[in-house]
Amino acid sequence: MSTPISYFLVLSSILFAIGSVGVLTRKNALIIFMSVELQLNAVNLTLVAFSRMHNSLNGQVLAFFSMVVAAAEVVVGLAIIVSVYRRIRSVNVDDAEALRG
Amino acid sequence: MSASGSLWLIPALPLVGAGVNLFIGKRLGRSAGIFAAVLVAASFAVSVAVAGSLVGLSAQDRVQTQELFEWIRVGAFSVGATLRLDPLSATMILVVTGIGTLIHIYSIGYMRDDPRYGRFFAYMNLFVFFMLMLVLGQNLLVLYLGWEGVGLCSYLLIGFWFEKTENANAAKKAFVTTRIGDTAMLIGLALIAVKFGTLDYTVIFGAAGSTLTKSAATAIALLLFAGAVGKSAQVPLHVWLPDAMAGPTPVSALIHAATMVTAGVFMVCRLSPMFETSATAMHVVTYVGAATCIFAATVGCAQNDIKRVIAYSTCSQLGYMFFAAGVGAYGAAMFHLFTHAFFKALLFLGAGSVIHAMHHEQDMRYYGALRKEIPITFWVMVAGTLAITGVGVEGVGFAGFWSKDAILESAWASGSVPGVIAFWLGALAALLTSFYSWRLIFLTFFGEPRWAASEHIQHAVHHVHESPDEEHGDSAHEPGLPPSGSGGYHPHESPLNMLVPIGLLAVGAVLAGQLFHNVFVDAERAAEFWRQSIAFSQHLAHAAHESALWVKLTPTIVMLIGLYIAWRNYIQKPEAAANFVAQFPAVYRFVSNKWYFDELYDFLFVRPSLWLGRLFWKGGDEGTIDRFGPHGAAYAVGIGNRITARFQSGYLYSYALVMLLGLIGAASWAIWWAR
Repeated sequence: MSTPISYFLVLSSILFAIGSVGVLTRKNALIIFMSVELQLNAVNLTLVAFSRMHNSLNGQVLAFFSMVVAAAEVVVGLAIIVSVYRRIRSVNVDDAEALRG
Repeated sequence: MSASGSLWLIPALPLVGAGVNLFIGKRLGRSAGIFAAVLVAASFAVSVAVAGSLVGLSAQDRVQTQELFEWIRVGAFSVGATLRLDPLSATMILVVTGIGTLIHIYSIGYMRDDPRYGRFFAYMNLFVFFMLMLVLGQNLLVLYLGWEGVGLCSYLLIGFWFEKTENANAAKKAFVTTRIGDTAMLIGLALIAVKFGTLDYTVIFGAAGSTLTKSAATAIALLLFAGAVGKSAQVPLHVWLPDAMAGPTPVSALIHAATMVTAGVFMVCRLSPMFETSATAMHVVTYVGAATCIFAATVGCAQNDIKRVIAYSTCSQLGYMFFAAGVGAYGAAMFHLFTHAFFKALLFLGAGSVIHAMHHEQDMRYYGALRKEIPITFWVMVAGTLAITGVGVEGVGFAGFWSKDAILESAWASGSVPGVIAFWLGALAALLTSFYSWRLIFLTFFGEPRWAASEHIQHAVHHVHESPDEEHGDSAHEPGLPPSGSGGYHPHESPLNMLVPIGLLAVGAVLAGQLFHNVFVDAERAAEFWRQSIAFSQHLAHAAHESALWVKLTPTIVMLIGLYIAWRNYIQKPEAAANFVAQFPAVYRFVSNKWYFDELYDFLFVRPSLWLGRLFWKGGDEGTIDRFGPHGAAYAVGIGNRITARFQSGYLYSYALVMLLGLIGAASWAIWWAR
């Protein structure tokens, strides 16, 4: 008997919620970035879980795909954070307010 | 070459001049004026040639036409750009180009120092062109083209010195006032086009009696006459003419003598077969003419600006022409138009010469004793005054004597009620004409010099502009003459190229009546002359010729009375005029304020239109269209902006929260509702 699907989903939800709260409450861009990664991986986990449940490899392929894209995205995101830091000497997202209405 | 072959050259030459001067007038410099004058002179030469060849033809062949091209064709309705040469238009082109040439030559000297020299002559040439189109047209649309064209040119020339607001306003007033008449005239044209199916004179004249009902004929004639009232400055649309003095003096001469104001008289004569079909319209023409005649003469008596006196005299003389036409004496009307062109151009150019000599002072109260200073101008002005007041005895006389007598005799001889009323009003106006014309001469050329008090003269003598004297501003309420004294100023006679045209006009003013009265008004010869061009009444001409002796003597007697009153008040007892004014201040105020026509129109039309305009502007445009249209849309966008801008807090977490909520919402929708 394998582990019920609901276990995976609950874990994934918890991870996603932690990530969301991190994104919403933290001011440091790096922490927010880590939280986003947490959310991504929570979703990856659900993809793999559903893939197993349906006996199909599609979900796992998509998970790999999303990991690759996430890796690329991290590169871009970190580069943006570095250049923002160079400009305003801070990684606090509240200080980057040039587009406030 | 037939008479009509070179007809197109007559308007074409001034048009070429206008075009050339308009585009390269600046580069031509001083020669622009000579170029313009030469072209008008050439046009005059062609006019003389074609008129001469017309005289050689037998009476029935004296209507020559030349179709240049088909102008408009709409279904069966067709209008050609066709010129017509007959005795009437031949007379007019000779007057327009002849007087026009002299005025152009005069302008070369008068406008010498103007910075917009080339443009001035371009406008003058254009004016002559449009007037020639007006008189040469073979149909009403060509006439209307010229009609509107002279309106445009008068606007451009009256406002030629547009730097001063009152000049620009005078130009606008002239344009708008004449437009009122033009609009009525356009409706009249449309009615004619509907009733006759054409605008061609020959067809209209042939069918005028048979095609129209009485009421239709009256309506058309009155609508067309309304156009003439505007253009020829008759009551109640006369208000623009005195203000038109704002333009340069040669322009006033051109407007008053050769072009523009004569257009109305010409049009009534041209369409005389049409007017003859409606007795009511003829009565209206007579009454309007007689009313203007007497009204303008009274106002002329109380003006102090030399050009305004002459302007009102034009108004009054045009009244004569109209009531002559109104009683059916078209020959007499045209005759007066012809002689008037000479002496009115003469008076205006003479006045220009006086103004030139007096350093742009136009107020006669600051003149005086100029007789010895500018003797040539003095003598030609006297010639003009003798002509306008109608000095002469049976058989010998100055130009105005012949034509004014012909008009008054015709009015009396017509025997109708309006005719007799017009006769008495005309006789009274002749008295006033004599009075104000001699008053002008006496104030300007006789008595003591009163130049010292004039600001213009002071300016000329000291070459500095002294602080403006308060008394000058409202001196209109102070009718007494300013103190004597020459102020050390020496008037100078005008240059030769200004004096020669005036001299030639003086010859015309003296002889025009004597030489041409047979052609224009004699019962036998004029009937022959005018055949096929105007509805000349041989019967009326006979009756006028045989009118009672006292009728013939009336103009001379009233002329002498007017002369005596002027002499007594301005030569014998110079203080008498002021005493009269002091005794009857109300009369003086009424007359010198032009019967309060301007104030009345201001109250009746100008203010309500301004009010209406403001209502539409503030209430309609700004309050409704702008408010709910562009401004409203912009305002709504602004409001929307401010609301949505609140979402752009600049805090990353709030964006993230919105994204998250949106994601949850979308996911929930997908799970529960979208199946």
